[in-house]
Amino acid sequence: HLEAIDSSPSPRAMNVDLEMDATLQVDISDALSERDKVKFTVHTKSTLPNFKQNEFSVVRQHEEFIWLHDSFIENEDYAGYIIPPAPPRPDFDASREKLQKLGEGEGSMTKEEFTKMKQELEAEYLAIFKKTVAMHEVFLCRVAAHPVLRKDLNFHVFLEYNQDLSVRGKNKKEKLEDFFKNVVKSADGVLVAGVKDVDDFFEHEKTFLLEYHNRVKDASAKCDRMIRSHKNAADDMNRIASSLYTLGTQDSMDLCKFFLKVSELFDKTRKVEARVAADEDLKLADLLKYYLRESQAAKDLLYRRSRALVDYENANKGLDKARAKNRDVLQAETSQQLCCHKFEKISESAKQELIDFKTRRVAAFRKNLVELAELELKHAKVRRGRPGLDITALSGLQTPGWF
Amino acid sequence: SFSFSPTFTFSKFQILSRIPQPASLPALDISTNSNGPKQDSLMDDDPEDLFAGATEEVSLDSPERDVLLSDGPSPAITPITPPTSVIAPRIGHIEEEEGGDSFDVHISVSDPEKTSLSVFKQRDFSVKRRFSDFLGLHSKLASKYLHIGYIVPPAPEKSIVGMTKVKVGKEDQSSNEFVEKRRSALERYLMRTVKHPILLKDPDVLQFLENSELPRAVNTQALSSAGILRMVNKAADAVNKMTIKMNESDAWFEEKQQHFENLDVQLRKLHASVESLVCHRKELSVNTAQFAKSAAMLGNSEDHTALSRALSQLAEVEEKIDQLHQDQANADFYLFSELLGDYVRLITAVKGVFDHRIKTWQKWQDSQVLLLKKREAEAKLQFTNKPDKLQQAKDEIKELEGKVQQGERDFEQISKIIRKEVGRFEKERVKDFKTIIVKYLESLVQTQQQLIKYWEAFLPEAKAIS
Repeated sequence: HLEAIDSSPSPRAMNVDLEMDATLQVDISDALSERDKVKFTVHTKSTLPNFKQNEFSVVRQHEEFIWLHDSFIENEDYAGYIIPPAPPRPDFDASREKLQKLGEGEGSMTKEEFTKMKQELEAEYLAIFKKTVAMHEVFLCRVAAHPVLRKDLNFHVFLEYNQDLSVRGKNKKEKLEDFFKNVVKSADGVLVAGVKDVDDFFEHEKTFLLEYHNRVKDASAKCDRMIRSHKNAADDMNRIASSLYTLGTQDSMDLCKFFLKVSELFDKTRKVEARVAADEDLKLADLLKYYLRESQAAKDLLYRRSRALVDYENANKGLDKARAKNRDVLQAETSQQLCCHKFEKISESAKQELIDFKTRRVAAFRKNLVELAELELKHAKVRRGRPGLDITALSGLQTPGWF
Repeated sequence: SFSFSPTFTFSKFQILSRIPQPASLPALDISTNSNGPKQDSLMDDDPEDLFAGATEEVSLDSPERDVLLSDGPSPAITPITPPTSVIAPRIGHIEEEEGGDSFDVHISVSDPEKTSLSVFKQRDFSVKRRFSDFLGLHSKLASKYLHIGYIVPPAPEKSIVGMTKVKVGKEDQSSNEFVEKRRSALERYLMRTVKHPILLKDPDVLQFLENSELPRAVNTQALSSAGILRMVNKAADAVNKMTIKMNESDAWFEEKQQHFENLDVQLRKLHASVESLVCHRKELSVNTAQFAKSAAMLGNSEDHTALSRALSQLAEVEEKIDQLHQDQANADFYLFSELLGDYVRLITAVKGVFDHRIKTWQKWQDSQVLLLKKREAEAKLQFTNKPDKLQQAKDEIKELEGKVQQGERDFEQISKIIRKEVGRFEKERVKDFKTIIVKYLESLVQTQQQLIKYWEAFLPEAKAIS
C-alpha cells in the first residue's frame, strides 16, 4: 500500500523545484564577511500585491534568519507543516585558527610552501563562506515555495523592511528556556512515540522517520570523517611536492629535472584531491546534513500531531466524564471540538507535507548523487592524465612532460 | 581494518628485485683464500688519472664508465670469474621459529655458464635463511669494508618503527603486515648487496648464498653488548669528527660531503611527509569503509525503492574505493616511503665512509707528528753518549717511517675507493629513484583508472532514481 501513496497525485500542485515560481523569487545575491559577522543581501522579485515594489533587496544577518525560523515554530497555525530547518550559524572559527597558525609558522617554511598553504586555506575559507550562503538561501527558498508560509507576515517584513530588525540573539535566560523546552519535548516525544497510531500512514512514517533520522546522522558523521582524511592526504601531498621541488633545485643534474617534474605532478594531484574533498563535501556531506535537519523537522511535525492526538483523546475522555457527571458539558464539548479540529487540520496538512518531503528528498538525492558521480569521474580523469602518453618517458624526459 | 591475507604476495613489488643491473662485470682478480680484499692487491687498481675525471654526472647509458670502474688484472693472483650478469634475489617468507622468522631466498642468475664461481652455476636455486643470518652477514661486511671506504648497504632494522611484533597468532593482520615489511626490506637489502661488484665476490656473501646451514650469528641480539659497543663507537666518532679539522686539499670531497649533507636533510623531510601520507591514506581507507557501511544502512531505511537501490550502490562503490585506498597506501609505502627510508640509511653509511677517510687522514697525520718528535729526540740523543738509546731511536724512526708511508698509502687508497664508490652509488641512486618513482606514479594512474570504472558504473544508477 506504500506504492499507492507514491503514485497518487498530490492534491495540491506543490512545487518541488524551489526555483520556478515567478510570483515570489528569493535569493541571496551578495554576502560580506566581516570579522565575526556575515551580512547577507537578500534579494526578492515578486508580483504579489503585498510588496511595495516588484524587486528589492535588504541586508540581513544570521540572527534575523533564526528569529524568522523561531517565529514559525512558535506559531500554532503552522503546527501542521514541516518548518524548514534553520540554517546553521556561519562558523569560520576553525578556518580562522588555521590561517592564524599559518601566519605564526611563516618563518619555518619556504616561501613557496607558505604561499601554497595560504592559497589552500583561503580557498577553504571561501568554500565555507559559499556554503553558509547556500544554506541561508535554501532556507529562504523553502519558505518562499511553501504555499502557506510564503504568505507569513514576518516573512514579508524580513524580506522588505530595509532597516535592522533589531532582533538580538537570545540571552542566557532564553537559551536556558529553550534547552529545557527541548528536554521536555524529547521526553514527551518518547512517550508519544510509544502510542500506536490508528492511521497506518502515520504509523509507518513515524517508524520510518525515526530510523531514517538516526541513519542520516551516522552517515553524515562518517562522511565528514572521510572528507577530513581526504584533506589530510592532500596536505601531505602539498608538503611532498615542496620537498621534491627543493630536491629538484639542489640535486645532481640527472635527477634535478626529474624531481621538478614529479613535484609538479604531485602538486597537480594535490589540487585535484583537495577539489575532490570539496566536492564530496558539497554534494554528499551537505546533502546529508541538510536532510538530517529536515528529517528532524519532520519528526517535530509528527510530534506536534501526536501531541494534538493526545490532547484530543484527553478532551474526549473529559467530555465523557462531564456527560457522566452532567457538569460543564458545554465547556467540555467546545474543548473537544477544538481539539478535534486542531488534530484533523494537522493530520491533513501533515500527510501532504510528509509526501512532499519524500518527493523533495528523492529529487535532492538524485541531483546530488548524479553531480557527485560526474565530478568524481572528472577528477579521476584529470589525475589519470591523458591516455596514450607514456609515463616511462618521464624517466628519460624525452617527451615534454607527461601532465 | 586491513585485509591482508596470509598468501598475499604483493606480486607487483617483487618486480623491484628484477630491476636490471648495470652492464657486465668484467673479470676481477682476487685470491679466493683471503677473507677480504688485501690492501696491496687493490693498489694495482686503475691508474690515478682515470679517476681525475670521475664526477657524479653519470648518465644511465655509458658503458665506458663501467669499464673504468673495474679493477685491472694482476697476473700474480689466480683469477676467478663472477657471474657476468644479474643475480636477482627474491625472498619469500617461510615460517616462524622460536629464534625468529625464516626466509626463502631464491636466486636467479641470467648467465650461469659465464661464471667460474660454483655457487652461480645453476640458473635458479634457493637457500633458507633466518633474519639473524642477514644481520650477521651485514655485520661481517661492515667490519671488513666500511673502514676502507666501501659503502656497505645497511641491514634492515631489527624492530620496525611503530610495529612491535605481536605474537597473537598466524592470522593476525598486523603480524602479517610486519612480516611483509621485513621480507620486503630483506629483499631490497640483499639486492643492493649483490649488486655491489666487490661485495658479490666476498666469501661471506658467497657462503650466505650457497651453504644450506649457517651457524647462528651471535651478536645480533637487540641491544647485545656488541650492539651497544657499536652505538658507543658511533657516538665517539661523532665527537671525534667535530674536533678533527682536516685540511681538505681536494675540493671534490668537500663538495661531495656538502652534497650528501643536503641530501640527507631533504630526504628525511620528504620521507616524513610520505610516511604521513601513508598514515592518512590508511585512515581514509578506514573512514571510507565506515561510510560505506553507513550508506548501506541508510539505503536500507530509505523507503523510496529507486533511491534505496542507488544508496546501496553508492555503499558498494565506496567499499570498492576503500580497497583502492588500501592498495594505494601499500604502494605509497612499499614503493615510495621505503625507497626514501632506504636512502636515508644508505646516506648515513656514505657519511660514515667519509668519516673513515678523515680518521685515516688523522692516523696518517698522527704518525707524521710522532715521527717528527722521534727525529727531534734522536737529534738530541746524538749529542749524548748513549749508543743503545740512539739505536733504539733509530729503529723506532725506521718503523715510524714505514707507518707514515703506509698511512699515506691508506689515505690515498680510501680516497680512491670512495670516489669510485660515490660514482657507483650516485648512478644507482639516479636509477633507483627514477625507476621506482615512475613505478609509483604508474600505481597512482592505475588507481585512477579503477576509480573511473567504479564511478562510471554508478552514474547510471544515480540517474535512474525517479
